[in-house]
Amino acid sequence: MLKINNLHAAIDGKDILKGLDLEVADGEVHAIMGPNGSGKSTLAQVLAGRETFTVTDGSVDWDGTDLLALPAEERARAGLFLAFQYPVEIPGVSNAYFLKAAVNAVRRHRGLPEYDAMDFLARVKAEMKAVGMKEEFLYRSVNEGFSGGEKKRNEVLQMALLEPRLAVLDETDSGLDIDALKIVAEGVNRLRSPERSMIVITHYQRLLDYIVPDKVHVLSQGRIVRSGGRELALELEEHGYGWIDAAQGGKAGGASAGARP
Amino acid sequence: MSAIDLWLGRHRDTAADLPGADLPWLARLREDAIDRFADEGWPTTRRENWRHTSLAFMAQQALAVREAAAPEAVVAALRARYQAARGAAQDAAQQGAESAPELVHNDGHWVVFVDGHFAPALSAIGGLPGGVRIGSLADALGQIPEAVEAAFGQAGDGEAPAALNAALAADGAWIRLGRGVAVEPPIHLVFIGATVADQHLRNLVVAEAGAQATIVEHYPAGAAGSTLTTAVTRVIAAQDSHVTHLKLQQEAPEAIHLATIEAEQARGAVFASHSLSFGARLARNDIRTRLAGEGAEALLNGLYHADGRRHVDHHTRIDHARPQGTSREFYRGLLDGSARGVFTGRILVAQDAQRTDAMQRCDNLLLSRLAEADARPELEIYADDVKCAHGATVGQLDEDALFYLRSRGVDAVHARQLLTYAFAAEVLERIAHAPLRALGRAALLERLPEGARLEELL
Ligand SMILES: Nc1ncnc2c1ncn2[C@@H]1O[C@H](COP(=O)(O)OP(=O)(O)OP(=O)(O)O)[C@@H](O)[C@H]1O
Ligand SMILES: [Mg+2]
Repeated sequence: MLKINNLHAAIDGKDILKGLDLEVADGEVHAIMGPNGSGKSTLAQVLAGRETFTVTDGSVDWDGTDLLALPAEERARAGLFLAFQYPVEIPGVSNAYFLKAAVNAVRRHRGLPEYDAMDFLARVKAEMKAVGMKEEFLYRSVNEGFSGGEKKRNEVLQMALLEPRLAVLDETDSGLDIDALKIVAEGVNRLRSPERSMIVITHYQRLLDYIVPDKVHVLSQGRIVRSGGRELALELEEHGYGWIDAAQGGKAGGASAGARP
Repeated sequence: MSAIDLWLGRHRDTAADLPGADLPWLARLREDAIDRFADEGWPTTRRENWRHTSLAFMAQQALAVREAAAPEAVVAALRARYQAARGAAQDAAQQGAESAPELVHNDGHWVVFVDGHFAPALSAIGGLPGGVRIGSLADALGQIPEAVEAAFGQAGDGEAPAALNAALAADGAWIRLGRGVAVEPPIHLVFIGATVADQHLRNLVVAEAGAQATIVEHYPAGAAGSTLTTAVTRVIAAQDSHVTHLKLQQEAPEAIHLATIEAEQARGAVFASHSLSFGARLARNDIRTRLAGEGAEALLNGLYHADGRRHVDHHTRIDHARPQGTSREFYRGLLDGSARGVFTGRILVAQDAQRTDAMQRCDNLLLSRLAEADARPELEIYADDVKCAHGATVGQLDEDALFYLRSRGVDAVHARQLLTYAFAAEVLERIAHAPLRALGRAALLERLPEGARLEELL
């Protein structure tokens, strides 16, 4: 269970998250939508442990652990995964090395034996096939020269290999063609399980046709201003965000407990 | 003390006994060289080419020697390492299923010099194709002095330390590659300072038309103490020859290493220089090539690492003298502690050198706040139809990449090492010969804390 309470985060003295509340129970998939610049990626990065953002108030409790007290790598080892909106290119580090370093770091922490080269290769090749990635991507530098869609598939591949307990997908559907979208959605759905929670950030209701969320939230100006079921996404698709902003007026936080479907 | 007088005295005492002392041209050249050194002295920052590196301290520098490992052991360790690198390259080739013909060969020719003199007992020169000679300069001076004279160079060549070298060097490698022959396995030259405080080597490589070879200069950590090494390597690359030169400098952290690598390329000749500079308290490499014939190609590739208070300086110069030459220059530096790295990339394009294509880059990674890097391109272009690009950067590790790695469970220390390694390893990728590339990689990993851990995963 993830409990975000009154989260405030700032960068360079500028407040981005301004009292965000959100609860995600085990096994649930929550979608977060919201206008550009509303703080969706900031939330994702703060959850993943990016230190460039300063948490100025609030708390994040994850199954009884104070998530904010852990450095990024420990969050990852404990089972948090962020699929980046803009995956980072790392020239000179092969994707194979990167994946192996990541998988073994996480496995070590979980008390599982590290993969040897052969087992790892077999595992990674199987997962690559599932997300429609050619083997050559193993030997290329991490994300370097990958197309937008290839980068996103690589994120899903990492997620599949790392088997997180909580996955945050930041616009993993952006830049994907329809076929890729289905593949990515299948990848996500394959991972759905009663122990695993997911936060899916997206601008498009389309993704939610494939990844059916338990709840949909609207993030605006650093807060969750409305929560609802799937149909909220359809409403947003039709009417945009204007009506929410107008309806919110000065008392934005009120909707976070949200209407349930 | 290593004041100028010491060296003048050294010259006076040894000149008559040096190999080739009876050759008038050489005796004269040595006289001229020591005179030049006496005149110029150790370079200081007042000299244009030494703006960031002063050797003024040399005048007070005591040169001492503490005996370290026996040369036999140093050579054995080096050869074992090369064997391991070949094995690693072979494994990699099998994984990638690429064919790598150079791997089937033996581990190459080993020409070892101890304390500045050829050590036949430690050397192992295998069977050679006709027209190839690999041996010592001292022997060549005795047997074929005219050929040596043509390749030896002049007292006025290079910087002051090169003049000191010309005056004092007793030996070095003599390599002659006959017309059209290719020596496939690398020719390894190993220089070990064991019991002397200073050693001076002069290596001459003459590649006749169409010849091909790869020559490696190894400077392993020999005797500890303030040892001075001066080395001058001259490469004369005739038409369409291919000469690859790799230098792996891993001297002890107290050592002073002053080297010159000078090539002259005839029409269509291809020269590649890889300078891997990892050791020594102060290392200065003057690397210069002259594209003296049409359509010649040069690659100057280099990687340096310095930590503590060490200092490394690469002063490079590419002379495009004739049309349609291509030069590529890539240097990268890793600077830690309060180390300093200096790079100068001089490119001269003569009026006649139309359709020259020159590209230069130097990128430095500062691994600590006190480390310093200077990278300076110096382009002088007199032709009008040229492509010439250059760029230099000094920076830190990419924070986004660090976070990306950490967000995947990789701890911060490992992430830093990995990115540092990756930055440096790009230079090594340009070493075409797979076992040598693997050797360079192993040497780099040794320089990085936790390198062994990276190696496991690579
Ligand atoms: N490093 C930064 N420096 C300054 N401002 C930043 C930085 N990162 C984010 N911001 C600002 O924080 C606000 C929220 O950005 P964020 O990336 O979280 O938005 P988002 O909801 O993910 O938008 P999008 O839908 O466009 O991805 C924006 O106004 C953005 O300009
Ligand atoms: Mg975003």
